[in-house]
Order: sequence, then structure tokens, then C-alpha cells
Amino acid sequence: MKILTLVRQVPDGEARIRIQNGAVDLEGATLVIDGMDEYGVEEALRLREGGADAEVVAVGVGPKRTEDALRTALAMGADRAIHVEADGALDPVTLSKVIAQIAQEEGADLILVGSQQADWDSQALGPATAERLGWPQLTWTNQLSLEGQTLKGRHDVDEGNESFEVDLPAVIGTQQGLNEPRYPTLPNIMKAKKKELRKDDLGKYGVSGARVRTVESTIQVRQRMNKLIDGKDPQQAASELLNLLRNEAKVNL
Amino acid sequence: MILIVAEYSGGKLAKSTLEMVAAAHASGREGPLTALVLGQGVASIADEVAPYVDQVLVGDDARLASYNPELWAAATAQIASEGEAHTVFVAGSRAGREFSARVAVKLDAPLLEDVISLEGAGSALRAQRYTYLARVTETVEADAPVLIVSVKPGAFPAAEPQATAGEQYDVDLELPASRVRITGKTVEKSSRVPLAEADVVVTGGRGVGSPERFAELIETLADNIGAGVGATRAVVDAGWRPYSEQVGQTGKTVAPQAYIAVGVSGAVQHMSGMGKSKYIVAVNKDPEAPIFKVADYGIVGDLNVIVPALIEATRR
Ligand SMILES: Cc1cc2nc3c(=O)[nH]c(=O)nc-3n(C[C@H](O)[C@H](O)[C@H](O)COP(=O)(O)OP(=O)(O)OC[C@H]3O[C@@H](n4cnc5c(N)ncnc54)[C@H](O)[C@@H]3O)c2cc1C
Repeated sequence: MKILTLVRQVPDGEARIRIQNGAVDLEGATLVIDGMDEYGVEEALRLREGGADAEVVAVGVGPKRTEDALRTALAMGADRAIHVEADGALDPVTLSKVIAQIAQEEGADLILVGSQQADWDSQALGPATAERLGWPQLTWTNQLSLEGQTLKGRHDVDEGNESFEVDLPAVIGTQQGLNEPRYPTLPNIMKAKKKELRKDDLGKYGVSGARVRTVESTIQVRQRMNKLIDGKDPQQAASELLNLLRNEAKVNL
Repeated sequence: MILIVAEYSGGKLAKSTLEMVAAAHASGREGPLTALVLGQGVASIADEVAPYVDQVLVGDDARLASYNPELWAAATAQIASEGEAHTVFVAGSRAGREFSARVAVKLDAPLLEDVISLEGAGSALRAQRYTYLARVTETVEADAPVLIVSVKPGAFPAAEPQATAGEQYDVDLELPASRVRITGKTVEKSSRVPLAEADVVVTGGRGVGSPERFAELIETLADNIGAGVGATRAVVDAGWRPYSEQVGQTGKTVAPQAYIAVGVSGAVQHMSGMGKSKYIVAVNKDPEAPIFKVADYGIVGDLNVIVPALIEATRR
């Protein structure tokens, strides 16, 4: 079987985000493989190690630097990678068009993708890709196993969680709790350099830019009052806080 | 027409539905405001939503007995096409953000996801949404014959009822067979207000120390002030609290009137889920904790004595 694991490259959680001329400027920021996608790479490897006769292909769409995130996936253990170079911004629903075509060309059986990406804060990529392929999808999965052609697992929903079974092919949205992603070891990082990283051109996929256009990006830092109360006298501190909340903030407590 | 897919939970209309109505009004889009109610035995939901819209379409069908993204997407796309909807509103819940993406593909429509504001701009729609772990506010725009919009919970005030309630009509749906078999379901029931709807949230972090202390301190304080209970990932990972209470990047996003963080350090991933709260309160013994930088009010001290004092002062 073939497993596609989607990889986005995003700023590290601690990275400072800069805005330049109304747009996010990632120049100089530390960029990493999206944490949510990393669970997907790890899970693909575990399915393979668990006995599935699987080829694991990491797929990334983005500017040249996306290569680094794909190399990380290769160093973790993916067999090969496909990089569709794209400089302009694509929205997730448009991007799903590219992913679905790659899945078809590759004859993929399973797509793993982070349930939410840390750059767009979007949850649309997995479900939109599944819809284009006519496949089912399960989002926010935190437990997964493969028995024959059937995936069994558990995922979070608004009111709790569900256990599910679904036959391949399917799209699985990954998240925390699913596994603990491994760190690439030095020998594996060296090996990854020799693995295939195919370059692809966006034009091939019939996609002509985003349908949701970003007009402007801003960082609004809300001024907070930062009123600190010394807690040495707990009763006094508690009543002072409640007084501020009720009378200054006008919160109904 | 403008189509709103009604959201409900536990047999009651969710606040998110009234927020979608408000978002529809804010969008300046024209045409009859239509609510679509999907499910089985949903007559009371239809009655509840009717006063807020011009008409209600009711898809009451045994196959819709529980939420399923493929079925919800198929039904929504079918009704949107038949009714020539130009704008489709879906709640920004987990379910909504999932099936709205499928609807966007089915209708070949752009998706404005998880919006916090809306403004009509000619035939286009302009929206604001948070990106980069809610550190950036982005203004986005789309212009197409059909637009799909998911609305962030809590971003719009709940709409008021109209003078006359909308008429109700039953609809017949062509639904695909579900390919996912749900073999078990755990509903994390809570007697408290749902996190996304709570005006006040009390969240406990690792500093609380143990699951027992969490119940004793955080739950009691929350109950005294009618608040929802939240937890950090550290607490959820430790197994002290269920995942449904986690606030942050990989948990829920909340924006209550007041967010009270107790024994929480204030990591970016946590703040991405609560940073938009109107007032942030922190109780932490470390005056250097990052949470104080975003706090409006803070008590520097040991939560083991501060929280009991708060509980005492709020005892009903
Ligand atoms: C991909 C990814 C996603 C993540 N998603 C989330 C998420 O959704 N939500 C989330 O919360 N985290 C998330 N995290 C984890 C996050 O980075 C932090 O590790 C986590 O939020 C820390 O939780 P905490 O504040 O409870 O614990 P700690 O960081 O351990 O902080 C405990 C605090 O309690 C204080 N304290 C201790 N004892 C006392 C006392 N007696 N009185 C008063 N104060 C005391 C300490 O001073 C400290 O500030 C994510 C991380 C990653 C990498």
C-alpha cells in the first residue's frame, strides 16, 4: 500500500512573527515541520513498522525552503518525498486540488495530514482532499491501527470521542496523543540526503492561485492592564481581585 | 438565499446558531435567511430557530440520527444548490469546520474559515480571521457566485428574534451511504456550561499539582461563579482532566468575558486558545511567568492559599 503524509513548514511556536508591508514575513524565523503533520509522518512509519507493506511518501507544497521540512520527514524514515514548488499563497481548499491529484497519480491508499495547520489555523485541508477524492475522512484522530484493509481508531468530536472503523482508502487527520514523533538520528539524516526528493511544478495541477485572497495581516497586541496584586494576604488579595472583576471589568460573577 | 446550517447539542439549539444569524446580518448579503435543520426528531430545534430566520428547512431523516461529515456535506450542498444559496454559513465547531470544507469542494466555492468579522464588499465578502496560532489577524476576501463561511464560536453576539417566526418546510434529501462505522461513543458530559459558551472560564495548569487538588480548587471555584472548566495540555497529558477541557492550539479556543488561569505558565500554544479573552486573570507564584504579560489582573502567590480564599469569598 501507499501512504501519503502531508507536510507543511511553519514557524516554530516560539518564533516571533513579523509583519512587513501588511504581510507576514517569515524571513529569519525558525521554520519547522508542522507539529500536527509530524504526528502523521510518525504514524505512517509506525503502520509500516507494524507490518503493513507500505511505501511512505512525504508530500509538501510550498516555496523552495519547504524542502527542509521534507528532508526532516525523510530523516524520520519516509521512503521518498514530492515537493510541489509554489511561491504564492494557496488557500487549503485550493491546495487540496493538488494533493488529490498527487494521491490519484500515486495510487495512494491512505493520506495522513495534521488536523489543523499552525500557519493558516485551518482545519480544511484533510476534509477537502477527501471530498475531492470521494473518500471518507476522520479528523482529530488520536488512536489508529490497521487490520487488513480496515483502519480502526478513535477520534475526538465536539462532545467527546468516537471509536471508528473505516475501509481504505481514507484520509486521517492526526493530532496529539496519537504517538510521540521520533527524532531523526544523525545516520538517518545522512541517509535522507540520498533519498529521492522529486520536484514538481504547480502549473501541472491546473491551479491558478488562491480563491481566498489575503488582503492584509496585522498583529494586534491588545493592551492588557497588568494589575498585579500581592498574594501575601490571601483574603485581601481575593477580595481585591473580585472587586476589580465585578466593578472595573463589569464581569457578572 | 442565505443558508445557515443550524447547530444544536443535547436536543437544544446551540448559541453558535444565533451567532451565525448575527454573522449573516453583518455580512450585508441579501435574500431570505434560511435555516437548515438536519437530524432525526428535530422538530423542537426547528421551532427554536424559526423566530430568528425567514424560513426553516427541516431535513428529518433516520440516516441523520447522528452527525456524519459526508452526509451533512451532501445534504447542505444539495439544499444550497436547489435553493440557489449564494452564501452558506456553518458553525466553526469541529464538526462545522470539517463538513464545511467538503461543502466548499462540492459547490466549487471558496471557504472563508473560522471568521471573526464579516463585511460585504460588492459581490465579494471580506472577513477577518486569526492565523499563526492566533498571533496574526488576517483580512481575507473571496468573490464567487457561492461562498461558504464558517463562523468562529463567540466572535459574534447572539442575534435577537425577528418580529415574525419563519415558516417551516420539510425537505427530502438524497444522501450517500456512510462509509465510516462508529463503533463506540463517549460523551464527555458536564453539568457545567460548555467551554465555548461560558462567559467565565477557570483553567487549571500543572501548578495545581494533582487531579484531586484540581477538583477541590478549580472545579469548586468554577461552580461558585458559574464558570466553565478548562485545562492546559500538561494537565490533560498527565491524565488529570479529559481532553475536552483542553484549551489551546490543539484544544479548544475560548474568548470569554473573563479567563482565570490558575497555575498556568502561559505557553504560546496555550495562549493561542485563550488570548482573545476580554479579561485575563492569572494566579501564579512566579512573578516572571509569561501569563502575567497578557493578564489584566494577576495575583502573585501560592494558589493553594489564594484559590481557597477566592472560593470562600464567592461561596453562595
Ligand atoms: C504542537 C504543540 C501543541 C500544544 N498545544 C497545547 C494546547 O492546546 N494547550 C496547552 O495548554 N498547551 C499546549 N502545548 C503545550 C505547551 O507548550 C505547554 O507545555 C503547556 O501549556 C504548559 O502547561 P502548564 O502551564 O499547565 O504547565 P507548566 O508550564 O509546567 O506551568 C505551571 C505553572 O504553575 C506555576 N505554579 C506551580 N506551582 C504553583 C503554586 N503552588 N501556586 C501558583 N502557581 C504555581 C508555575 O510557576 C508555572 O508557571 C502544546 C505544545 C506543542 C509542542
